[in-house]
Amino acid sequence: MIVNAITRLGANVNRFVDELGRISVFGGKTTTAVVTPPIRFGRFLDETFNLGVLSLEIICVSGLAVGMVLGLQGYNTLVRFGAEESLGAVVGLSLIRELGPVFTALLTTGRAGSATTAEIGTMVATEQLDGLRMMSIDPIHLIVAPKTLAMIAVMPLLSALFIVFGLGGGYIVGVWVMGLDGGTYISSLENAVVFVDDVLGSLLKALIFGVLVGLIATYRGYTSTPTSVGVSRATTSTVVVASVTVLIFDYFITALWGV
Amino acid sequence: METTSTTDGAAVILTDVHMAFDERPVLRGLSCRFPRGKISVVLGGSGAGKTTILRVIGGLVRHQKGQVVVAGEDISKLSDRQMNEMRRKLGMMFQGGALLDSFTIFDNLALPLREHTGMTEPQIADEVHKQLAAVGLANVDKLLPGQLSGGMIKRAALARAIITKPEILMCDEPFSGLDPISVKRIEALLRRINRGLGITMLVSSHHIPSTLRLADQVVLLHHDHTVTGTPDELRNSSDVRVAEFLNEEVDESRLDDDKFASLDPERAPQARPLR
Repeated sequence: MIVNAITRLGANVNRFVDELGRISVFGGKTTTAVVTPPIRFGRFLDETFNLGVLSLEIICVSGLAVGMVLGLQGYNTLVRFGAEESLGAVVGLSLIRELGPVFTALLTTGRAGSATTAEIGTMVATEQLDGLRMMSIDPIHLIVAPKTLAMIAVMPLLSALFIVFGLGGGYIVGVWVMGLDGGTYISSLENAVVFVDDVLGSLLKALIFGVLVGLIATYRGYTSTPTSVGVSRATTSTVVVASVTVLIFDYFITALWGV
Repeated sequence: METTSTTDGAAVILTDVHMAFDERPVLRGLSCRFPRGKISVVLGGSGAGKTTILRVIGGLVRHQKGQVVVAGEDISKLSDRQMNEMRRKLGMMFQGGALLDSFTIFDNLALPLREHTGMTEPQIADEVHKQLAAVGLANVDKLLPGQLSGGMIKRAALARAIITKPEILMCDEPFSGLDPISVKRIEALLRRINRGLGITMLVSSHHIPSTLRLADQVVLLHHDHTVTGTPDELRNSSDVRVAEFLNEEVDESRLDDDKFASLDPERAPQARPLR
């Protein structure tokens, strides 16, 4: 019984380390592809549109909703201590330091990360990547690298947008609904937020999440089993693994760097 | 890069090639030669290893044992980078076309030219249109592969495979899933490309009539045996395995009638009319 449990644990650890090694090699190849000519700027722009522009709606709507909830909950809590004039600071710091990058990463994983895995997985299943190899074209250079790079580029931008809409949501609830003074809300926000520590730290966090989500999504698609079930499993796995990884990294980034 | 000079007019030579996927062997000591400038058809049933042979030659899968010489080079010892260079001598038409489904037909054909030649865009456009016309496709520039029929996809894939003028063209099941007219059209195209451009062709197929019409040489894979010869030699072969494969017919007495009862309109449950 105990031997079996240890054997299973050992096998799982082996599998985890093996997978970690493979994704590291894949990440190395992708990085090499990004810096190796020809630079595929057109493909990068296409992917930026697919991953970024097409995610705008979900990011804006979610940001507004989260900001409104945060405004409502924050006001109701702060008013108990007579500190409702600090609502701008509470909403701002929560969104900028934590909720903006994390929510954006989770939403982008669900929308763009899963789509990336499904697209590359389908290309594997329909031999499109083999077709590229037979034309002496590296699929990592043409397909994977622009997608990963675009994911890294759009994540901080989407996170910034999420934060702006969140702050707007908080303002709508705090000022228009709860009757807080608009100037108080803004000045509280201005006084609390430190640009380098909070804003740049937040963008850095989003950038790291972009690397993680981009790498996991492309790797899962690239290594998916070439069947419809395989592509489906890879897509699900991207959402689960990327979401959990983002949350774990969020803790360590916050704990170690104080961002 | 190792060069093998003793190819004796063969474009591709396989010697004692073993290939297995996990524990499942697909090629067990296969040896055969594909002559330069000729059309060789690898004929065999499903699962015989026809596609695997083409994928081994293209370096898409690595064989575990044996020697594979392609255009004078032993690819068994090539690194991934060297294999990538070697593939410039090869073209491949995949069974499903393998066209990039987010690229237009024009961009699919233009891609290898943009990647590997210094041609200008007008020159690329000319070449793409020339190749599309050669395979009988017109006004498909802006269409996506998903908007074409199966036969048109095969022809577009063929045009893409030959656009860089490879030494060796491999076609994986070019006749599968096509109506008889499209089969004849693809046959004619392959013959014209072979005769016109002098490209060595390796075709995998289970379509016996087309194979016998098209091939200069046939490599028959059947029950772990390999038989090589011209179509006439195979037709007149006294080898029972060859005759068995070429004349294979469904033995109706071996079908279980009960399993097909639902297909018999008189025995199947009647559908109720919609009210």
